[in-house]
Amino acid sequence: MTYLLTQTLNGLFSAALLFLIASGLTLAFGVMRIVNIAHGSFYMLGVYVAYTVILRTGSLLLGALAAMAVVGAIGLLMQRVFLRRFGADPLPQMMMTMGFALLFRDAALMIWGGDPFTLPYPGWLRGSMEAGEVVFPSYRLFVILVAALVGVGLWAVNEKTLIGARLRATVDDPEMAAATGINVARLSGLVFAAGAALAAFGGVMGGPILGGYAGIDFDLLPLAFVVVIVGGMGSLKGALVGSIVVGMIDNFGKALVPELSYFTLFAPMVLVLAFKPTGLYGRA
Amino acid sequence: MNRSRRAIVALALAAAVAVLRGQAPEGPIKIGFIVPLSGPYAQNGRDILNGFLLCLDEIGYRAGGREIQLTVEDDQAIPAEGLTKARKLVEGDRVHLMAGALLSSTGYALAPYIESQRIPMVFPVVSADDLTQRRRGTWIVRTGYTGSQPNHAFGEYAYHTLGYRTVATIALDYAFGWESVGGFQRTFEGEGGRVAQKMWTPVSVHDFAPYLAQISRSVDAVYALFLGRSALQFMRQYEEYGLKGRVPLIGAGTTTDEHVLPFMGDEALGVVTALHYSAALDTPANRAFAAAYRARYRKVPSYYSESMYAGGKWVIAAIEALGGRVEDRARLLDALRAARPAGVPRGPVELDEYGNPIENVYIRKVERVNGELQNTVIATFPRVSQFWKYNPAEYLRQPLYSRRLAPAS
Repeated sequence: MTYLLTQTLNGLFSAALLFLIASGLTLAFGVMRIVNIAHGSFYMLGVYVAYTVILRTGSLLLGALAAMAVVGAIGLLMQRVFLRRFGADPLPQMMMTMGFALLFRDAALMIWGGDPFTLPYPGWLRGSMEAGEVVFPSYRLFVILVAALVGVGLWAVNEKTLIGARLRATVDDPEMAAATGINVARLSGLVFAAGAALAAFGGVMGGPILGGYAGIDFDLLPLAFVVVIVGGMGSLKGALVGSIVVGMIDNFGKALVPELSYFTLFAPMVLVLAFKPTGLYGRA
Repeated sequence: MNRSRRAIVALALAAAVAVLRGQAPEGPIKIGFIVPLSGPYAQNGRDILNGFLLCLDEIGYRAGGREIQLTVEDDQAIPAEGLTKARKLVEGDRVHLMAGALLSSTGYALAPYIESQRIPMVFPVVSADDLTQRRRGTWIVRTGYTGSQPNHAFGEYAYHTLGYRTVATIALDYAFGWESVGGFQRTFEGEGGRVAQKMWTPVSVHDFAPYLAQISRSVDAVYALFLGRSALQFMRQYEEYGLKGRVPLIGAGTTTDEHVLPFMGDEALGVVTALHYSAALDTPANRAFAAAYRARYRKVPSYYSESMYAGGKWVIAAIEALGGRVEDRARLLDALRAARPAGVPRGPVELDEYGNPIENVYIRKVERVNGELQNTVIATFPRVSQFWKYNPAEYLRQPLYSRRLAPAS
C-alpha cells in the first residue's frame, strides 16, 4: 500500500512536468500543424536562463519569470521570422525546428559550458512530508499543485475567453477561422510563444530535481511526444490525460520491470495508434 | 663579398640544412588527440584536453629535443565518429601516436583499427576491463584504470573498516556499472559481506524516484555508481526521499568526482567512494598540479583532468627516453610501456604486463573544507593491480563482470 501510494505520487510528479511541456507542444501542433523538435530546447533554455538569474538574485520566482520571458520571446521570434514562411508545410517546418534545436544546444554549450547543475530549492519546500510510512518530498507535491493550477488556468482561457474561442476555432479549421476574421498569424505567434514559455516554466519547476545539463533537451522530448500522440494532437484535455497515463506507466514500468523501461513507455503509444490513430481526444 | 655572392652562400647553407633535416628524424612530433568536445560528454572531454594542454604547456611543447605538435579532434561521443577521426589522424595527418577516447564504446570501436595500423594509442580514461584483460591488444596503452580496479579495494574496505555486512547497489546499467559493482561485490562478499539488493538504472533515467522508493532501508549501506548529471540528480533525490539520514551512501569514485562535486550541496557530505585520484590528495605533486590547474581554468581538476595530465607525462617520458626518435613505432610502444613518469599527481604509476597501470587506490570522503566540497582521502591502498590480490592467469579464466554474473542474495 505504502509502495503503491509513493509510486503513484511519483507518477503524478512525472505527469505534472510532462503536462507543462506537452501542453505547448500540442497547441502548437493544433494551431500550426508544427511538429516542433525544438520544444525540448525551450525546456533546456528555461533551466539555463533561470540558473543565470538565480545565481545573481537567489530567487526561484524571479528565475522562473525571466526564463518564461526570454524563452517566450525566442519562441515568438522563431515563429514570426522563420516558421510562418512555410505556412502549413510540415516537412520544412520540422526540419527547421530540428535545425533550431541543434543551434540552441550548441549555443547553450558555448554560453554555459557543459557542466551539469541543479537549481536550488526554495527554502520552505526543503525536506519531505511524512504520513505514516509514506515519505514524499514537499517540493514534488508543490510541483504537482502548480501544474494542476496551470492546467485549470489553461482550461479557463481555452473555454471561457475570446482568445480561447478563437483558438478552438483555429484548431478545428484554420481556413474557416481565417475567413471569419480571426487573425490566425497573430494567434499562431501567441500560441507558439506561450507554449515556449510554458516549457521553460516546466524546466524551472523540474530544475531543483532534474537540473540542467547538456542533452536534457532531447531527454524529455520523446516523452512529451508520446504524451501528445496518446492524448491526441491539438487537444489540451488530451495533453492532461496523456501526461497522467504516460507519467504513471513510465513510473510503474521502471519500478516493476526496469529492463523494459522503453517498452513500457512506447507500448501504450503503439496501442493507441493502432486502435485510435488520432489519439484519445484528437480529431482527424 | 658582394651582395649576390652572399645570397648564393645563404641559399647553399639553407639547402644544406634542408638536406640534413631530411636525414635525421626532425620536424615536429605529431600527436593526435580524440575526445568528445560537443554533445552530452563535451565537458568531460574538455577536462581531459585541459589536463593535456596544461602538461604540454609546462614543457613548452618540446620533448626529446623536438617540437610537439598536437592535433585535436572531436568525436562527439559517437564511436563511429571517433573511428573516422582516428583514420584522419593516422592516414591523413600521419601522427606518430594517438591519445584520448572517453567512452568504452569508443575505445572498443577504435581497438581493431589501432591494432591493424600498428600505431600506439594512450587511453587515459576508457576503463572497460577487458581492453587490458581478456580482449587485450598490443598497441593500446591504458594510463587510466579498469572499472573494477578501485572497487576491489573498496569492497574489502567497506567490510573491514566501515564494518558493513549488507549492502544494496544501484548503478547505471552498462558495462562501467557492471564492472564497478562486480568488483566491489566480489571482494566484499569474499570477505564475508552480502550484497542484498542490486538495481540497474537505464542510462537515460533522470528521475530516480521509482528506484529510490524500492531501496531496502534495512541494509548497512547503499553503494551507488553514477556520473555527470546522473550523479547530481541521484544525490539530490537520495536526500529528497529521506534516505540520506537513514542509510549511509558509498559508491564508485565518479559518483562524487570533482567533475560534479562543485555543483552538489550538503546532500553529498559524508559519502565515501574509491578512485585512483582525488583533487584533495595531499602530496606535493598533486598540490602543484591542482594549483596550476585552478589558476589556468578557474576550476578544481576532476579525475578526467588529471587523466591526461598524467597521460601527457607518460608520453613525454617515453619520448625523452627515445631521445625524440619516435619514428619506429615498435620502439615507441616499448618506451611507453616501460615509462615510469615522475610527478604524476595521483602518485606512483607503472604498467603491468597486460598494459594497465598499477597505482594507488584512494578511499575518499566528501567533506566541506573552506566552504568547498572536496574528496578528502581517508585511506590509501598502495600499488593496486587490475587483478587485485588474485593470480592474473586464474583471474582471466573467470568471466568478465556482467549484469547477471552474481545476483543479489
